[in-house]
Amino acid sequence: MRGTPFILILIAIAAVIFGLARWLDNSYAFFVGYVVVQYIVLGTAWNILGGYTGYVNFGITAFFAIGAYSSVVLHKLVPAMPLPAMIVVGGVMAGIVGIGTGYLTLRLRGVFFSIATLALAVVVQTLITNWDFVGGARGAYVLRPRVAPLIGGGYIDYLFLIMLGLCVAALATARAIERSALGFGFAAIRDDEAAAEASGVPTLRLKLIATGLSGGFMGMAGAPLPFYVTYLDPASGFSLNYAVNAIAMPLIGGTSSWLGPVVGAVLVGGLQEYLRVTISSAVNVLVAGVLMVVFVIIAPQGIVGLFKRKR
Amino acid sequence: MDVSLDLLMNAMISGLLLGGFYAAVSIGLLGMAVYQVYYVAFERRDDQSLRGLSFFFGLLFIAEVGLILVFGVDYRSVNARYIGPSLQLVLFDLPWRLLVPFLVSMAMAIGLQIFLSRSFLGRAIQAVAQDQLALQLMAANPTRIKRIAFGLSIATAALAGACLIIIQPVEPSIGREYIGRVFAICVLGGLGSFPGMMIAAMTLGIVESLTSTFFGPSWAPAVAFGVLLVTLAVRPSGILGR
Repeated sequence: MRGTPFILILIAIAAVIFGLARWLDNSYAFFVGYVVVQYIVLGTAWNILGGYTGYVNFGITAFFAIGAYSSVVLHKLVPAMPLPAMIVVGGVMAGIVGIGTGYLTLRLRGVFFSIATLALAVVVQTLITNWDFVGGARGAYVLRPRVAPLIGGGYIDYLFLIMLGLCVAALATARAIERSALGFGFAAIRDDEAAAEASGVPTLRLKLIATGLSGGFMGMAGAPLPFYVTYLDPASGFSLNYAVNAIAMPLIGGTSSWLGPVVGAVLVGGLQEYLRVTISSAVNVLVAGVLMVVFVIIAPQGIVGLFKRKR
Repeated sequence: MDVSLDLLMNAMISGLLLGGFYAAVSIGLLGMAVYQVYYVAFERRDDQSLRGLSFFFGLLFIAEVGLILVFGVDYRSVNARYIGPSLQLVLFDLPWRLLVPFLVSMAMAIGLQIFLSRSFLGRAIQAVAQDQLALQLMAANPTRIKRIAFGLSIATAALAGACLIIIQPVEPSIGREYIGRVFAICVLGGLGSFPGMMIAAMTLGIVESLTSTFFGPSWAPAVAFGVLLVTLAVRPSGILGR
């Protein structure tokens, strides 16, 4: 299957999902769908760096919140700005931060990069908490329009549609990377960085491309968040849940292909939503952590790996 | 107050040490068990980087949510006789609340350093970082050494945590603030260098304290990352790195 038919199939699937949700006409379905699709984007973004090049990013919340807060800023400056434009800006901002952090830390060994990203999350949170323009520690309110532009219906419909579009873009990018020279370069870095460098793979440049893309998609996934929650404060924007879910879902689904994060996000996201409704919201956050630990121990290749024949 | 200082001192040191020691021993044992799981599941399969890290990250999250489920998200503090008063010197006051953890940590750090540089086990721990194969050829079991080192490191961290609750109230996710700090200190000092670590820790402590005094405490967490970025950009091997 080549690139274009794959994208067309993705768009068709997204259209069917959106049509189904419209036909159900239940705003809860949109809320749940939005969360799950958002995790597909986050998981895929994490997987571009983590799964393909083997560098573990723990600072997901930093990039995610940069996207979210750049929307807050833009909404305050230009209230009429359309959401897709905000998403592009948020993605670019997060991508730049990703490249900058990567440039400083990627020359270190992999473990140091991971810890540095975790520290980055704390620092970005400190900066946002001290920035009064976006509400500081008090948080910011974002009033969303009552009716969705272009498609009509509730605004959540529009958000869900936008997220589905982002998801298609992220998955198409991930799959294109997998099958291109870029993807082979990433895989070479993951398997043996010294050998890759010695064979002429421009490792630092490739790693920067990966951090930029990964951070950018995380920022894009975060950009619609203020409109989804309508009230954003640092504690919720930087919630560790996003980070754990975005790491757990690809690891549970399988990091070797674009399908892994999708499988993981649908399964774990669905299970969490089910537990949130049936048991309590405290249990549902524990699920991702426990499942992740269990999966990395007993099924290192993830669910997708279980179905692949061993070479 | 004329209650003999000795008594106060003794009571608090013993109480602190006892509690911290219990915590450290039990958590140290837990740490050894955790390392065993890590070894069997990841190190033996030579699959340390991605999944190993995620494993520890998952543990962090499980511990945090577990603490939230048990203790709630509120700040918790302890009461002890020495938490209020200060040791009054001529020019300035030394609050016991800060002095006690300082003395305990110094004793622990120096004791650990002596252990690492003098005893067989300590030298083996340093050796395993340098060359695992050579250590194996000297008839020491690297896995056992690393298990002990891991248990020791977790126990040290637990003792530090026991000291923290004397300095300030704690809540379940407070550990996250220390990840960046600890990392910044280790990188700034030079990894594996004990004097470097001491210098870096003091420097960071002073800079952070100045920052919270002059710019407000909400800026303090950013100091560590600033220090880290500058170190990485200017001198990645740290002050006293090899």
